[in-house]
Amino acid sequence: MRALVRGAGVAGLTVAFELRRHGHAVEIVDRTARAGAGASGLAGGMLAPFCEGESAPEAVTRLGRAAAEWWEAALPGQVNRDGTLVVAPPRDTGELTRFAARTAGHEWLDEEGIAALEPALAGRFRKALFFREEAHLDPRKALVALHAQLVKDGVHFRLGTSSGKDFDAMFDCTGPAAIGTVRGLRGVRGEMLYLQTSEIGLSRPVRLLHPRHPIYVVPRADHRFMVGATMIEANEGGAISARSLMELLNAAYALHPSFGEARVIETGAGVRPAFDDNLPRVVRIGDAIHVNGFYRHGFLLAPAMAQEAVSLLERVPA
Amino acid sequence: MLDLYGVEITSRLLLGTARYPSPKVLGEAVRASRTDIVTVSLRRESAGGKAGGSFLELISALNVRILPNTAGCHSAKEAVTTAQMAREIFGTDWIKLEVIGHHDTLQPDVFELVNAARILSDEGFEVFPYTTDDLVVAERLVEAGCKVLMPWCAPIGSAMGPVNLAALRAMRAHFPDTPLIVDAGLGRPSHAAAVMELGYDAVLLNTAVANAGDPIAMAGAFADAVEAGRAGFSAGLLEPRDMAVPSTPVIGKAVFS
Repeated sequence: MRALVRGAGVAGLTVAFELRRHGHAVEIVDRTARAGAGASGLAGGMLAPFCEGESAPEAVTRLGRAAAEWWEAALPGQVNRDGTLVVAPPRDTGELTRFAARTAGHEWLDEEGIAALEPALAGRFRKALFFREEAHLDPRKALVALHAQLVKDGVHFRLGTSSGKDFDAMFDCTGPAAIGTVRGLRGVRGEMLYLQTSEIGLSRPVRLLHPRHPIYVVPRADHRFMVGATMIEANEGGAISARSLMELLNAAYALHPSFGEARVIETGAGVRPAFDDNLPRVVRIGDAIHVNGFYRHGFLLAPAMAQEAVSLLERVPA
Repeated sequence: MLDLYGVEITSRLLLGTARYPSPKVLGEAVRASRTDIVTVSLRRESAGGKAGGSFLELISALNVRILPNTAGCHSAKEAVTTAQMAREIFGTDWIKLEVIGHHDTLQPDVFELVNAARILSDEGFEVFPYTTDDLVVAERLVEAGCKVLMPWCAPIGSAMGPVNLAALRAMRAHFPDTPLIVDAGLGRPSHAAAVMELGYDAVLLNTAVANAGDPIAMAGAFADAVEAGRAGFSAGLLEPRDMAVPSTPVIGKAVFS
């Protein structure tokens, strides 16, 4: 079967990967030449099904549990499985209790336990939650690697758009571009930034709880740290707002004062596509199978949704 | 029935729309709360935004009255501008006026609040000011044109419940005819019932519902508590006494010794 995939973000590339695994011929079209030029490239890349369970429906935890394995199998060596650390400022330790009550798969750490895991945070927090089973990856590296692997595997990438004529199946993975086409899809603005400093090192994503501005810091190679992310109900990309920038920096500084000396090497804002329950869906509209609505769970849920989308293709004769 | 600026309102619970797990949960919580009024932040939740499946459209689809708010404003000027934008977007003169004095505690800046209330009332807005339980500030707000007052009972999001019952009682006694809505600080249904028993006209909630383990069930629990508190107040509550009072007469009862 010949399949067309629209969109070369995390959704499109994972769908293409699953299609190839099932032996289909695949072509991908995207409006930009770079893989992950949209929201996917701004993602945290956390494979954190348990932490997300704090506010997300149970399905996110269930579907996300297999994500780390999927990514490890697809891109050996790219997944870091050192877990997630969750801390709270002394004033807000109540938030930690609340977080623990809403999530599974964690253990409590005391000061010693925190220092053993993240020496840079020694003495800064009394208590923490450690989600041992969780993982993370670098989204940009992962997307480039996935893209390269698909090319090697014979997938043809084309710039522009396509009607999908001459194909047996069409998958639309265009994210926020499909707002207005896919009923109920809306945009949720997210803002992030990259800091660079060699004064502090972290081995795993750290989430700092706060009643109003919870943030996470994900370590990357070359002393870079991704700090994210705001959640604003607006279908609007563009530059980061001053207020969000202040909040993110403030929180990073609260996590460790060394971030005050870091260089801000990048800021960004993107639009997450989401349905009203903030869960992704596979929906058939006309000739196209839409895989969309990943909200803040692109890397976490793309594998499961790609598998669902491809299985739909196998069940329904084209 | 509660009369807010000439509008008859059945439900005495007003609900905020921020920080729910998803718009779907928000919608179901609104229904479970049986509220007639939701408050929406213009500045934070829906800044800019293009048409098409936006959050505002989802809110509009809930079919409840919208009370736009000026959350996130730190000066009278900002609040006035935000209120004017809200009037255009939502087509209502109602505005929940918040002017924050302290970024971290979200304590209202009552001086800027009074200024903004005066400007907005003069421009024909119907102002619902988020204020403290200070009587003098409340008087100034009424002088500025406010016909509804929304005192806190504890800091926003603190879930402490009524920390100064004496102040809330004094406010009720001082403003017998002004609708008083407790805004901010409620954590549990019993808190809502407690302030309703004091004779408050309504309560406004957000965090206590949005951040609950099950926001939908919590919305229902608050709705019940608000109704119970109001019914208790209307039925005439007993004042506490120092001594036990037998409910059946003891005179004439046989005494065995």
